[in-house]
Amino acid sequence: MKAEFRESIQQALANETLAGALGKFSEAYRVSRARAYEGIDFEALRAQIAERKGFAAAHLEELAERFRQSAEALGAKVFRTSEPAEVKDYILRVAREQGAQRIVKSKSMASEEIHLNPFLQQAGIEVTETDLGEWIIQLAGQRPSHMVLPAIHMTREEVAELFSKEVHERLGSDIPRLVKVAREELRAKFLNADIGISGANIAVAETGSLVLLTNEGNGRLVTTLPPTHIAIVGIEKLVERFADILPIVEALPRSATGQLLTSYLSIITGPAENTDGSAKDLHIILMDNRRTEMAADPVFREALQCIRCASCLNVCPVYRAVGGHVFGKVYTGGIGTILTAWFDELQKSDEIQSLCIQCGACRDYCPGNIDIPELILEIRRRLATEQGLKPVERAVFPIINNRRVFHGLLRAASLAQKPFESGGLIRHLPLFLSGLTEGRALPAIAEEPFRDRFRRIRQPQCADKAAIFAGCLIDFAYPEIGEAMVKVLNAAGVEAVFPEEQTCCGAPARYSGAYESAAESAIANIRALETEGVRWVVTACPTCTVALLKEFEASLAATGRQEHLEAARQLAARVIDFSTLAFHLEQEGRLKLKSEDGPGAITYHDSCHQKRTLHATEEPRALLRKAGYELTEMFESDVCCGMGGSYSLKMPEVSASLLRRKLAHLRDTGAEEVGLDCPGCLMQIRGGLAQQGDGPRVKHTAERLAERLAGDQDATAGTTGKPRG
Amino acid sequence: MHRVPSRGAALEFVLETLKQEGVSDAPGSQAVWVGDPGLHPLAARVPGLSFDVTRERAAAAKIGITEADCAIAATGTLLGDSTPVAQRLASTLPAIHIALVALDSLRENLAEALAKFDPRRARYLAAITGPSRTADIERVLTIGVHGPVRLIIVFYGREEASA
Ligand code: SF4
Repeated sequence: MKAEFRESIQQALANETLAGALGKFSEAYRVSRARAYEGIDFEALRAQIAERKGFAAAHLEELAERFRQSAEALGAKVFRTSEPAEVKDYILRVAREQGAQRIVKSKSMASEEIHLNPFLQQAGIEVTETDLGEWIIQLAGQRPSHMVLPAIHMTREEVAELFSKEVHERLGSDIPRLVKVAREELRAKFLNADIGISGANIAVAETGSLVLLTNEGNGRLVTTLPPTHIAIVGIEKLVERFADILPIVEALPRSATGQLLTSYLSIITGPAENTDGSAKDLHIILMDNRRTEMAADPVFREALQCIRCASCLNVCPVYRAVGGHVFGKVYTGGIGTILTAWFDELQKSDEIQSLCIQCGACRDYCPGNIDIPELILEIRRRLATEQGLKPVERAVFPIINNRRVFHGLLRAASLAQKPFESGGLIRHLPLFLSGLTEGRALPAIAEEPFRDRFRRIRQPQCADKAAIFAGCLIDFAYPEIGEAMVKVLNAAGVEAVFPEEQTCCGAPARYSGAYESAAESAIANIRALETEGVRWVVTACPTCTVALLKEFEASLAATGRQEHLEAARQLAARVIDFSTLAFHLEQEGRLKLKSEDGPGAITYHDSCHQKRTLHATEEPRALLRKAGYELTEMFESDVCCGMGGSYSLKMPEVSASLLRRKLAHLRDTGAEEVGLDCPGCLMQIRGGLAQQGDGPRVKHTAERLAERLAGDQDATAGTTGKPRG
Repeated sequence: MHRVPSRGAALEFVLETLKQEGVSDAPGSQAVWVGDPGLHPLAARVPGLSFDVTRERAAAAKIGITEADCAIAATGTLLGDSTPVAQRLASTLPAIHIALVALDSLRENLAEALAKFDPRRARYLAAITGPSRTADIERVLTIGVHGPVRLIIVFYGREEASA
C-alpha cells in the first residue's frame, strides 16, 4: 500500500466534519429508507430489477441497436461508441457546428467517467454543472465524494465561501439563502445556454425513451431551454421494454434518498418542442467504455444491474468512516471499487479494494441484487493471480496449508509470547505469524490448545454425535469456548468428537484473493471431517461456518477442482452453527437452561457472518433469554465491529474507527454483559474495552449457556481451563 | 392541495389566488396560464396574466398555471404530456406552480397512470411530485432550487365521475 493512500485514509479519519456529516447521514438514511419501503416487498422488487437488468446485460448489443432504431425513427440522432475519446469528440463537433459557447449540464456520471468538462473547457466552451451539489464541486475544483450527494463532505461555511467568490458578494452561511443565490446564478446560465447535456437513469430499447429523475428541476431545464440536448448514456442503462422502468422508478428514489418519488420524473421519447417552436436537436450517445466486456464476464456481468442509488455507500461502515475521496475516482464505495476496476483498470483498484471489510451490509440493501462483497473478492482474486500475492501472504499461506508446521508454530508462539501477553489482543492468527502485528499488542495464545484439552474431557456416550470444527481462534486462543460447546452438547445428550486433522478454514487466504490456498484448506478439512456416524459438524465461529457451508464449494469451483465438489456439498449439508444447533436442541426439550436468578442485562452484538450469511441472530437471542438474561438492544447492533479477520491488521486505523463506534453503542445500553457468537468479534470488542479500562464482560453464547445449564451444580463456576473429569 | 366541486370553482380558485399573490403588470408579478382558448378572455380581466406562454414571459412570471392529465394517489404525483413546451415552461420557471387536475383522472399508481399514454406520441412525459427541492448542502432539505418553490394542486369534480 502506498504511503499516499494510507495518508489519505488517516486524513479522512481525522476530519471531524466529514465524520459528523457521514455519521449523521448514514443513521438518518436507514430510517428514511425503511419508511419509504414500508408496505413494499423489497426482495420481490429487487428480484424483478435484477431479472430485467440482468436480461438487458445479457442482450446489450441487441438492445442498443433496437434503441437506436426506435429513437432515430422519431428523429433523434444516436451515436454509439466504446471509446471515451470519441464521445468527447462527438460532443465537441456538435458544439462547433452550432457555434455553441455555453453548455449547461445536469448530473451525468458517464460524463464524469470520461472527464468531459475539462476537455470542453480546454476547447474554449463554458460548461456549467447545474445540479447544486455538482456545481459546488465544480466551483471548488474537486471530485464528488458520493454518487447521489456529491458535496456531502462540505460544510455550509465552505459553500458560502465558494459562492461569495462567484457572485462577488460576502454571503452568510444560511442555507436557504445560499440555495437562492444558486437559483439566480444558474437560472441565467440556463437561459443563455446553447446546449444542454444530461445523463439518463434509464434508456428504453422498445420506445427509444430516456428516463430522468431529479429533485431540483435542473434536468427539466437542461432538456427544455437550450435548443440542443445531448444525452450521454452508459449502455448499462438500457432496458428492454417500456414497462421495465416501473420497478426501477419504484426502487431508485426510495433507495437513494428515502423518497417515494423524486420531485421530477421526465420521460423523453424523441425530440420534443423547443421554446421557439422548432423540434429539439436531440443527440443520444450510447457509451460503452468496457461495459460490453463486463457483460461478457460471467462473474462481473452482475455489476451491470446497478441503478446507481448509492445505498451501498450509505450503509457501508468503512465509507461512513473515510468518505468518498479516498477512493480517488468518480465512482466511490463498494460498487465504485468494482466500476473503477473495469472502467479504469484492474490495477487502479488495488488499493481501494482493500478498504472493503467484507461485512456484507451493502448486499442486503442493493436494489440491483448485486453481491458486491463477492465481486470485490473476485477483484482480489484476479489481482492476486495477476500480480501475485503480497510477500507476507506468499510466505504465510503455504504454512497454513501445512497443518503440522502451522500448528507447531502456534504452539511455539504460545511459549515465546510470555513477556508480551498483557495486551491480551489477538489478531487473525495466521497473519499473526507474519510479523504484521508489529506495533500492536501481541496475541495471547493459549498455553494448551483446545485440541489437547479435548482429549481430557470425559464425555457420556450418546447416540447423537457432533464433530466440532474449532477454527484457529477457538483452537489456539479461546479453548474455553470449545470446552463450553462440549459441555452444552453433552447436557443435551450429544457427544462431541474432534477430528484431529482439521485445520484453518482458509478464510484468511480467500479474503486475500488466494483462492488456491483456500481450496487446499478446503480439501484438507473436507477429508478431516469425513467422520462416520456424526450427525452434525458444529462450529462456534461464523466465519468458519460460512467457509464450511458455502466457501469450500466456491473456492473449489473457482480453482477448477470439480472432483471435490460433491464431498464439499455433503459436508455442507451437516454443518450448523453452535447457536442454531443449541436452539433446536432447546426447542426439542433436550437442552434445559436455567432461567431463574437471571444474571441481568445483556446486549447482543450481531457478527456480520452470523447475521447476513447465516441469518441466525434470533436463535442466540432466544437462548440468552431462556438462560435468564434480559436483553437490551444496542443501536446498530448489526454494524461491523471492525475486526474483519486480517482486515484489522491491514487497515488498523479504519478498524479502530469502527470499533470506537461499536464500543460507544454497547456502553450506551448500560448492560454489564455483551453477548456475541463470533470469536473474532470477541477478540476485537474485548480488546477494545480492555484498552478503555473497565467495561462490560464479553463472552460467547456457548460460554454463557454452559454457565446456565439447568441442574448443573457447577454451572455458575464456568468452565475456563478446567478439564472435566 | 385543494379540493373544489367543479371546474368552474377551480377557475375561481385560481383567480382568487392570483389576486392574493398580487399578480399585476409589474415585472416579477405576472402570471402565465397554459389553458384552452375558451379561457383566454380571462386575461382581459386580470392585469399581468397571459395565455401566450413564451420563454421570456415564463421566466419573468411569478405564477404558472397548467392542467395535469392525471394524478397518482400512491405518491401524490401529477403526470402529464408536456410535449408542448409551454407546459414545461409554466410548470418549471415561475416560483409558484398551480396545477388543475380532475379528480376522476386519479390513478392508484404510476403503472396505471402511465398506461394512459403512448410514449411515442407523448414525447415529453413529465411527472411532478411536490416542489423543487435539494439536500445538497449539509443534507438540509431546502425547497425551491431550479423549479417552483410552491406547488398548489387544485382537484376538481368527483372521483369516478360518470362523464
Ligand atoms: S451496487 Fe446496488 S446499492 Fe450500490 S449503487 Fe448500485 S444499485 Fe445501488
